[in-house]
Amino acid sequence: MSDLEEFRAEVRAWLQENCPEEMRDGDITAENQCWGGRQWQFQSEAQKIWFERALSRGYTVPSWPKEYGGAGLTAEQAKILDEERQAINARKPLSNFGISMLGPALLAYGTHEQKAQHLTGIARGEIRWCQGYSEPGAGSDLASLKTKCEDKGDHWLINGQKIWTSNADISDWIFCLVRTDFDAPKHQGITFILVDMASEGISVKPIVLISGHSPFCETFFDEVKVPKSYGEGNPSVVGEVNRGWDVAKNLLVHERGMLGTMSPLRGTTGPENLGQYAAEQIGLDAAGRLDDPNLRERIAQAELDNWAYNLTVERMTDEANAGNGLGAKSSMLKYAASELTKRGTELRMDIEGTTASTIGADGIEYGSLANNWLYNRAYSILGGTTEVQLNIISKRVLGLPSQ
Amino acid sequence: MPLILNEEQEMLQDAANGFLTEKAPVAAFRKVRDNKPADGFCRELWTEMAQMGWAGIIVDETHGGSGFGYVGAGVLAEQMGRNLTASPFFSTSVLGATAIQQYGTKKQKDENLAAISSGEKLFALAVDEGSRHNPSRIKFSAKPAGNGFVLSGTKTFVADGHVADKLIIAARTSGAEGDIHGITLFLVDADAPEITREPTPMVDSRNAANISVEGLEVTGDDILGELDGGYAALEGILSAGRAVLSAEMSGAAQQVFGVTTDYLKEREQFGQKIGSFQGLQHRAAHLATEIEMMKSAVLKSLKDLDQDFENAGITCSLAKAKTGQVAQLATKEAIQMHGGIGVTDEYDVGLYFKRVHVAQQMFGDAGFHSDRWAKNSGF
Repeated sequence: MSDLEEFRAEVRAWLQENCPEEMRDGDITAENQCWGGRQWQFQSEAQKIWFERALSRGYTVPSWPKEYGGAGLTAEQAKILDEERQAINARKPLSNFGISMLGPALLAYGTHEQKAQHLTGIARGEIRWCQGYSEPGAGSDLASLKTKCEDKGDHWLINGQKIWTSNADISDWIFCLVRTDFDAPKHQGITFILVDMASEGISVKPIVLISGHSPFCETFFDEVKVPKSYGEGNPSVVGEVNRGWDVAKNLLVHERGMLGTMSPLRGTTGPENLGQYAAEQIGLDAAGRLDDPNLRERIAQAELDNWAYNLTVERMTDEANAGNGLGAKSSMLKYAASELTKRGTELRMDIEGTTASTIGADGIEYGSLANNWLYNRAYSILGGTTEVQLNIISKRVLGLPSQ
Repeated sequence: MPLILNEEQEMLQDAANGFLTEKAPVAAFRKVRDNKPADGFCRELWTEMAQMGWAGIIVDETHGGSGFGYVGAGVLAEQMGRNLTASPFFSTSVLGATAIQQYGTKKQKDENLAAISSGEKLFALAVDEGSRHNPSRIKFSAKPAGNGFVLSGTKTFVADGHVADKLIIAARTSGAEGDIHGITLFLVDADAPEITREPTPMVDSRNAANISVEGLEVTGDDILGELDGGYAALEGILSAGRAVLSAEMSGAAQQVFGVTTDYLKEREQFGQKIGSFQGLQHRAAHLATEIEMMKSAVLKSLKDLDQDFENAGITCSLAKAKTGQVAQLATKEAIQMHGGIGVTDEYDVGLYFKRVHVAQQMFGDAGFHSDRWAKNSGF
């Protein structure tokens, strides 16, 4: 048996033995996942047990180094663990923006002391992070951000506003892009800084969307003092002052990679096969085809595109594991996934017709199809709009010239 | 199993790329087109390909083949698509070899596989009887007579039918036109006097033939696969064909897209490179994304054929549907983005447009395959 086969047998046995039955219910959703953080309360005993057992083995962040709370797995081992976890339908024991976004950026740019504090806090589920990037005047043109960060000798002073800060109201820390030099070209005066949300002067206001309640917030910084350092070798700034754009770009690649690997056409709640689902709702004609030829064609096309998309995620992951990194191609996955995500709920709205367009007396019910369909309009806007992704593909994948 | 090429397959890809760009580039295809040789391809080139083991790419080594499987065949087809290489590779080494290797008796294998691998015998598959692909709509009759059957009927668009030494004919031994049951495959000599072959040059400058058969007597030994149960074999052969055609179209699409992005970086209008215009950039970026999706679909179908041949049919259909769409988009955009020179005969992009058009129709276009997939999925 090869080392990898041995590893597979080992994790399979471990998962069988340690993952509670209740945690084997398929994909996680924003509602049932374990987010962690200071305010976190486990939703069930099984969720707590699963988290603790995974933590004891470094499996909350399997590919991170052991010294920062991970299991130090190679990319191949991490893929095997993921495959075996999915094979028994087990939830991830912990998932949040710290793992998927800040972690990879800190691994690439952080000092040992920064990693020791922040990666360990993430791995142990102690700190929940949110992302402070967009501003009211800086959306697609993110680098035009204006939140001001002044050097006051022993501390930084931050004034400004962030928007679309997911879960800011329940997060513990924020990783933030701020302007430290207003005179430099826009990409060169930005700094990446880590701030405790409990700091004096930070306030948060949730945003209501067309779909109703949302995780998005506005975050205000009013004379917020941030220490220069959280300890020896542990500055609050990641990377160099005024070089935060490099860190941000690295992180955006991870964000797009993450957004690009969600199950797009069906989301977390959609039916396994949209065609069969439509057949149940609408019925078949005498020849055994869906009794709505146009809808049938659109569903088949969407399923075809979704199939090719899933294979592309698989292929690009395998290529990355073989040493050919994804790079700017993550924008292709982000573009394709967000468009498919919208198509999935659009088709379901068409399949269910006026039934799905009906809302209750209390408005759009949270978790309803209409709620998802409306929320999904945001997918091709957040994390860089579809048009921004196409710009990135043009310039960084195809090498087309700038004007 | 990872969805990437292994080291051996990558080496094959490099070798194919090197050989074809030197010996069979688009200029060579133009020469064949303009000189109109009766064969529709260059015999010497085919001999060289066979010597390199390409003619027997999927054939087992015990029968003189190189045993690279369908991923190997796809790797070659992709490079042929890039160079618009015309050869009997598809009809002989993919369709013929699959038919004999998967469904032939020991005797049929012994008589044919080595001759396929050496490049000596050419094959063609005669399935369709109308203008649009429909493998169950078979009227071509095989009536029981004495110890065997008498074959009569016509077949259309038989790729390489004009040069084949052997024909694989899908005929009806029972049931009615449209029935899946009652189809039988026969392996016959193409030069029998009862067979008339009329070459039908296609818009892509490859040759196909219309074939009519009048009272050809055959025996039970000439059956390939099972009597009345030939549809399953036909499906298997078509699946292999669909996957490899997809690989060829993928190569053509990638090549033409590369040429197009190069052009966008060079051509200047309004004092700027036209590739700096967002109207073109976004279309190119969309196409680049679709090409990545297509590549994954093609590789998956080839891998499925190698791993589980019997159950690869639906994957091959999906790959053919996706590839037909993307390759058509790539060739259409190539012409449009090149502007005026894109519609000239002198420029190569039009040749790709024509080849992709014929290849996406062959063995079912995107509509055929998405309908097939939908029916298979219960809607």
